[in-house]
Amino acid sequence: MTVDSTAARKSRRSGGKRAVAKKATGEPELVQLLTPEGERVEHPDYSIDLSPEELRGLYRDMVLTRRFDGEATTLQRQGELGLWASLLGQEAAQIGSGRATRDDDYVFPTYREHGVAWCRGVDPTNLLGMFRGVNHGGWDPNENNFHLYTIVIGSQALHATGYAMGVAKDGADSAVIAYFGDGASSQGDVAEAFTFAAVYNAPVVFFCQNNQWAISEPTEKQTRVPLYQRAQGYGFPGVRVDGNDVLAVLAVTKAALDRARTGEGPMLIEAFTYRMGAHTTSDDPTRYRRDEERELWEAKDPILRLRAHLEREGLADEAFFAGLETESDALAKRVRDTVRAMPDPDHMAMFEHTYADGHALVDEERAQFAAYQASFAEETN
Amino acid sequence: MSVEKLTIAKAINASLRTALETDPKVLIMGEDVGKLGGVFRVTDGLQKDFGEDRVIDTPLAESGIVGTAIGMALRGYRPVVEIQFDGFVFPAYDQIVTQLAKMHARALGKIKLPVVIRIPYGGAIGAVEHHSESPESLFAHVAGLKIVSPSNSADAYWMMQQAIQSDDPVIYFEPKRRYHDRSEVDTAAIPGPLHAARTVREGTDLTLVAYGPMVKTCLEAAAAAAEEGKSLEVVDLRSISPIDFDAIQRSVEKTRRLVVVHEAPVFFGSGAEIAARITERCFYHLEAPVLRVGGYHAPYPPSRLEDEYLPGLDRVLDSVDRALAY
Repeated sequence: MTVDSTAARKSRRSGGKRAVAKKATGEPELVQLLTPEGERVEHPDYSIDLSPEELRGLYRDMVLTRRFDGEATTLQRQGELGLWASLLGQEAAQIGSGRATRDDDYVFPTYREHGVAWCRGVDPTNLLGMFRGVNHGGWDPNENNFHLYTIVIGSQALHATGYAMGVAKDGADSAVIAYFGDGASSQGDVAEAFTFAAVYNAPVVFFCQNNQWAISEPTEKQTRVPLYQRAQGYGFPGVRVDGNDVLAVLAVTKAALDRARTGEGPMLIEAFTYRMGAHTTSDDPTRYRRDEERELWEAKDPILRLRAHLEREGLADEAFFAGLETESDALAKRVRDTVRAMPDPDHMAMFEHTYADGHALVDEERAQFAAYQASFAEETN
Repeated sequence: MSVEKLTIAKAINASLRTALETDPKVLIMGEDVGKLGGVFRVTDGLQKDFGEDRVIDTPLAESGIVGTAIGMALRGYRPVVEIQFDGFVFPAYDQIVTQLAKMHARALGKIKLPVVIRIPYGGAIGAVEHHSESPESLFAHVAGLKIVSPSNSADAYWMMQQAIQSDDPVIYFEPKRRYHDRSEVDTAAIPGPLHAARTVREGTDLTLVAYGPMVKTCLEAAAAAAEEGKSLEVVDLRSISPIDFDAIQRSVEKTRRLVVVHEAPVFFGSGAEIAARITERCFYHLEAPVLRVGGYHAPYPPSRLEDEYLPGLDRVLDSVDRALAY
């Protein structure tokens, strides 16, 4: 895979002017390398050259992620999960950016980055514990350099920035990527993260998935300028990429990460995409948005678009698609079986890990609770 | 010479210096902590000797300070952050309560957050609004945080060493009105446990429990009471989460009376927790209800009124008399 990373540098040299450049139509510029019809197009600043195998790999990632996500929604409907936050429609934004990261990079997700988790090698079933209610995350963030999901909106942007400041202190050439959404762009923590990252030139990429909706609130309730333009005021480049174009997302994110790791500081990417489903399984989007809007975005579906390209260019055959279908079914079954077999935690687990070095009150309350529990055992004996 | 007479401010400074010298992962962060040495000069000279890379002047954004400190701790650093004044901590309250306190548990113990948050706290310095508060109870209510407050220079030095070495987040409340009080520090000593209380004056008639700036007030109250023939024991709590209830219990079983003193408002203050637990533990030993002396349920007043708002010698002795009258 080769990616032209000069574009981001160029935009930095131009003082962010490129970020506000507009097409003749008056619409903000959108980096696109694959049209909704599956046609490869060139962009003056970003290019990418992938082998057929790499293209099929991206397609596989997106298909398996969507299948896992759909299975999780179904499991919620069946009562096996308490809640699920579907990424439906955002597969290209997540797979493209996730595949742009290196093993030694560090990822700070929101609670919807199931596709990024997939790219990082986090087993999908590990994501489900918190939605089933058996833990609050529980995976080892350092195993895949993939931090725990963060539910309070935007908090992780600061963690990512601090981590990146540490990377810079270590003299490492790793980069950090912070995920957040259009809603989070209004949070003070995101603004403070931009400030700290700019002041310390931290190697962090701010990856905003603008999926158009923060539960029921459209992006107009968060901003009156395109979100990527916010970067300009902080003194680093911002770019809007077609978030349903996995190739463009990959190229832009790779360029931004390379830029960060070579000491050129932070960058903001706004992946312009669409939340095809509800905010979570508890949400009812029919109360606030029209079906016609969804239909418009269905025509830009990230998976269909890459499939059209693979078929148009003859890069994948029927056997590939059939094999992937079988693999998807197997993944769904494994997810189903694992979730259904996921045990409730032991009663005493709520006291565990409150502190690393222990705490007298926790010890006291644990002992009291154990004695209380034991009192029932004695009664039944 | 390992024994020196130092002010509390200098003892904290010396402790931070030791930590920076001995552990390359220790960082200092905060507003004005670098060139200026902090508004109270607690970090004086540290940036000059350890560089801007380790003693970091931050943007004026408290949530950003704590949030980025969390990120640096995840990277393996041990940040010691300064919140410039007690009343300025609330922009960081979300990061402290929602993120810092819970992250170790959310990861089922797989990550640690060794972050120290220094907060100069308390009143009696004639300051403007938001510079004199005692918010320790607002943090003590949160599982995952540890909270300490030294009352003298030796504790200031050693408790800071121990807070930095702790793998848990520690909020270190500094008694700002006592910053310039001077006492002996033995930097070669072997310190006791961080979260153990200490009896700083023996007595037989009543126990005064205090921490931070109120320990000195209670020692003065005990000296005054002694002149009237009353023998007061003074326990310096040192740690507010966890609280060394065993030490208080031992004292109260001897004296049978307890008065808790803090600057923070009495309502839902640490005294309420101590009163409830000691009443349960010492019910048959108590000769009087546990009494509390502290701030009132009013915003911290303009400084011309703070002498009336804060517990002073007379208000402590008034409660002592009330307890002894039972």
